[in-house]
Amino acid sequence: MRPFAYERAATAEEALARCDEETRYLGGGTNLVDLMRLGVERPARLVDVTRLPHDRIEERSSGALRIGAAVRNSDLTAHPAVRRHHPMLVQAVLSGASGQIRNQATVGGNLLQRTRCSYFQDITKPCNKREPGTGCPAIDGEHHNLAILGHSESCVATHPSDMAVALAALDATVLTRGRGGERAIPLADFYRLPGSHPERDTTLEPGELVTAVEVPPLAMPSRYRKVRERASFAFALVSIAAAADVRDGVVRDCRIALGGVAHRPWRARRAEDHLRGRPLTRENLAGAADQELAAAHPLRDNAYKLRLARNLIVRTLLELGERA
Amino acid sequence: MNAIGSRSRVEGREKVTGEARYAVEHPVPGAAYAWVVQSTVAKGEITAFDTADAEALPGVLTVLTPDNAPELAPVSDGELAVLQGRKVSYRGQIVAAVVAETLETAREAARLVRVTYAARRHDVRLTPDHPGRYTPDEAEDGPWQARQGDPEDAFRAAPVRIDCTFTTPAEHNNPMEPHATLAAWDGDALTVHDSNQGPSTVRSTLAKVFELDPARVRVISPHIGGGFGSKGTPRPNVVLAAMAARAVGRPVKLAFTRRQMYALTGYRSPTVQRVRLGAAEDGRLTTIIHESFEQSSTVREFAEESTTPTRVMYRAPNRRTAYHLTRLDVPSTSWMRAPGDAPGMFALESAMDELAVVLGLDPIELRVRNEPDGHPEDGRPFSSRNLVACLREGAARFGWSDRDPTPGVRRVGRRLVGTGVAAATYPVLRSPAQATARANADGSYTVRIAAIDLGTGARTALGLIAAETLKADPAQVTVEIGDSDLPRAGLAGGSAGTAGWGTAVVRACEALLSKLNGHVPPEGVEAAADTTEEVKGQGDEYARHSFGAHFAEVEVDVDTGEIRVPRMLGVFATGRIVNAKAARSQFLGGMIMGLGMALMEESVLDEAFGDHLTADLAQYHIPANADVRDLDAVWLDEHDPHVNPMGTKGIGEIGIVGAAAAITNAVHHATGVRFRTLPLTPPRVLPEL
Amino acid sequence: MDGVDTSITLTVNGREHRLRIDVRSSLLDVLREDLGLTGSKKGCDQGQCGACTVLLDGRRANACLALAVAQDGAEVTTVEGLADGDALSPLQRAFIERDAFQCGYCTPGQLCSATGMLEEAARGWPSAVTGDLTADPDLDETEIRERMSGNLCRCGAYEGIVAAVKEARA
Repeated sequence: MRPFAYERAATAEEALARCDEETRYLGGGTNLVDLMRLGVERPARLVDVTRLPHDRIEERSSGALRIGAAVRNSDLTAHPAVRRHHPMLVQAVLSGASGQIRNQATVGGNLLQRTRCSYFQDITKPCNKREPGTGCPAIDGEHHNLAILGHSESCVATHPSDMAVALAALDATVLTRGRGGERAIPLADFYRLPGSHPERDTTLEPGELVTAVEVPPLAMPSRYRKVRERASFAFALVSIAAAADVRDGVVRDCRIALGGVAHRPWRARRAEDHLRGRPLTRENLAGAADQELAAAHPLRDNAYKLRLARNLIVRTLLELGERA
Repeated sequence: MNAIGSRSRVEGREKVTGEARYAVEHPVPGAAYAWVVQSTVAKGEITAFDTADAEALPGVLTVLTPDNAPELAPVSDGELAVLQGRKVSYRGQIVAAVVAETLETAREAARLVRVTYAARRHDVRLTPDHPGRYTPDEAEDGPWQARQGDPEDAFRAAPVRIDCTFTTPAEHNNPMEPHATLAAWDGDALTVHDSNQGPSTVRSTLAKVFELDPARVRVISPHIGGGFGSKGTPRPNVVLAAMAARAVGRPVKLAFTRRQMYALTGYRSPTVQRVRLGAAEDGRLTTIIHESFEQSSTVREFAEESTTPTRVMYRAPNRRTAYHLTRLDVPSTSWMRAPGDAPGMFALESAMDELAVVLGLDPIELRVRNEPDGHPEDGRPFSSRNLVACLREGAARFGWSDRDPTPGVRRVGRRLVGTGVAAATYPVLRSPAQATARANADGSYTVRIAAIDLGTGARTALGLIAAETLKADPAQVTVEIGDSDLPRAGLAGGSAGTAGWGTAVVRACEALLSKLNGHVPPEGVEAAADTTEEVKGQGDEYARHSFGAHFAEVEVDVDTGEIRVPRMLGVFATGRIVNAKAARSQFLGGMIMGLGMALMEESVLDEAFGDHLTADLAQYHIPANADVRDLDAVWLDEHDPHVNPMGTKGIGEIGIVGAAAAITNAVHHATGVRFRTLPLTPPRVLPEL
Repeated sequence: MDGVDTSITLTVNGREHRLRIDVRSSLLDVLREDLGLTGSKKGCDQGQCGACTVLLDGRRANACLALAVAQDGAEVTTVEGLADGDALSPLQRAFIERDAFQCGYCTPGQLCSATGMLEEAARGWPSAVTGDLTADPDLDETEIRERMSGNLCRCGAYEGIVAAVKEARA
């Protein structure tokens, strides 16, 4: 690990003022510290943003929740209003990592964690995300848990966050503060597809600080389901955050987002559009899934994700319908 | 369930308070830290080192490379020739090491060492028809191939035939404590605190490598954070730590990182196994042919010996077992819990299940019908063999009699449910040892032997054995182990620890009893034993093996391919049990590793780069707490007078043997699909449902 | 080393330490190498095994992922601080009694994790297997297994760990 200067910021202004190209903001550190030890990240300066006044969850009069970026993952899942209104968000966060890590990790850090692609994490190998222009060995190499949607010739990585998948389904907004002032970035615009610049995960400007996430109210039952290679404490193969308003057997409204399939949480809008107004049947759900997955381009060893994603859409929505 | 005793571990308090110190945790003033640099090519030559930046870093004491490393005496294990040349034989090989004042400086300096290679094209792909395939001349457990009758002709003539190929992946032992050594020199005397499975072996190896009088080498290892075979042979860490300590004239701590372990501390070879079974309509086997194709590094020959267990399992007049190796440019394979037996019995016991299905015969009944009277190859009597009793006891406890054999018909919601059975076996081994037993004037006893406790509960078990021989309360017996200055003993490996050490402890205690005449003088009375003659003199008039049976229930999610194991039972006939409490834990631990083998463990080799890329615990999955549900292990009361004075057979490994097959057989019962490639992860399972 | 050393204050097991540390050091390395508190184990140094679990300001945390410099002023409880003098905690006693470990290397992390986990459950925190997220969870075996899954045990002592946690809680 390269030696670094460590500073604690008390305010967002202070954090911004100290941030340069070689600076990283430090939240819980559960991903950043690992990446520093692996040599993937070599910041000259860490600005600790955990003491910023971003550690509260506020209920707005609109019914929206404003979740501070420094809120610990476990505090998010313990919060009564979040538990009451957003089961899929709670379940998503609880299905990620371990109890220990959730106590340390912050909401902002969770959003900004990096892919767990093997090649990205191994500095002795090429990786366009880590070192642009060096190539992507995953395309012909080991990629059984990499992307099927939205990937490019330069990168097939997936985004590892569970929480972000739920936030995508919730139409959340990421609130930031940068040199140009404050921004509210819809989650749909927050994460990027890799294209020819896989080194950029998000649309954040250099130095821009995530201060909070705003979650609008959602009056539908919801749930998060994650499939992985052991029963707990593993990253998703495919996961789904889903919500549905089903009345008289008809889908009035729904939200579907997939995890583990793309460089960003994958909001399945085509599937949603297909379902709205249709009876909640296995057939319609399968049709909706197929609409969404028609754009998929599985790699040599990850075509199973198509079927897995399809089955999760069908099953999860049916289960939500049964509850209605 | 009988046992000599049932005691909590004597070092339990140390372990729950954090007082128990493992290798590099021993407080030594002035210790420096070593960090290794690993090759980034799989094959080739190093053409240049640039160590200037690393050496310029404040706090760096030295950078060791093949250019300045001291010459070591050669030993048979090529992995121990650390920094002895510029040849690179696998990706991740140690090519340099940094010694520095702090861990962080050592890590950063290691990154700054620049190594230039002339890479050559590597070959890391194991295939059954690899042109480099050969059959090793000898193996530890007997000939590489055995043949009786005319197995191929018998197979062609058999009314019922099974011919299938099974594939098991590379697997890494992953003990929780990474391999680590704290080495210190005092003149030409070397002391290491080291994480290993046999201090006497580490001592003799270090003495050879550094050309020292063994009496000047001491290996101290009171607590070991697991090994599962990976610490059974001394690893590069112990040699390099000693080399580094000598180079800087200070004690040196060297702990491999988890990632480094995937190249440097051994792993189970992947296997491709073809099993052919020929049977009569009534299920009686006429022929068994089991071949295995495995890999070895170019540095160290090691055979997984997957076909060995097949030689003792079932009666068949015609039989052939053989394994073949291919030397590849891969990290060195080595022992992992039940080497050979674990993958071999996965293949054989899966094939037996396939045969039972084809015959429409209950899989337990099929095994009973093929139970041999004596050793299937030579007819020697078994010292004891209770496979059938294990199967029957397990069937009764598990509720096997109600089982509908039809595959793929039990459904609970979106899950398919099934049950499976498989047999287990493991050889009874023992190595010679020395021990002393001492009666102290206060009525207590001290037993000393260079045994080691990897988590097996050896200290506690040997105390129970000594107490039984001495007719004393176990609380009166102190057992000293984990130090090469103690009487010489063999490895904790091959499930032979308690048998070998216990024999020496019994003999030492017997010798002590014969010396005692009711009065213990203030200086105490001591007796010693050496079981070399006894162990070497044990004839092979009996075939000595443990047996067992695994039962598993699985649920397979039809939408996701996820498999859960709500219930698992192991029934074992392993001679006399010493410590009921620890024995049960060890059986369960083996079964859980078998569950990992069946469902999740896989080291994926990157063919382009030549290394295992699942090189951490987030990518190499071992079972977590949530993977384990209702799990039970029981044993039969088995009396075997032909193994050793305790009547024990060894329990450390049989728990994993057959466990994976029980689970995959249950998956077949649940789904009707036969999976012949491990592990059964959703990516493999879902497409077949 | 210039520019690398920094000073922090840590209260570990009730005792305050003023420490000069390498800014890159993890809390785990400071505990093990600087304070000689080697009870906290290094199993992976990546937050993937849980052997380094300590209580950080009362909550269970992976000491390997915590930069020590960022914990300036924190209160840390390690396995060495779980007992009350010579009196083992109920969890420590139950771990011995239920044979909840073999090699013992994951044990300090399991104990600290279980200590923190029981506190979380007492506060009504849900887990990934909690059915009704609005109710206080019932800490049954399924809940314990899920909540303890951040602590890997290669010896496979999980059954004993679950039994010990249940017993200590009773």
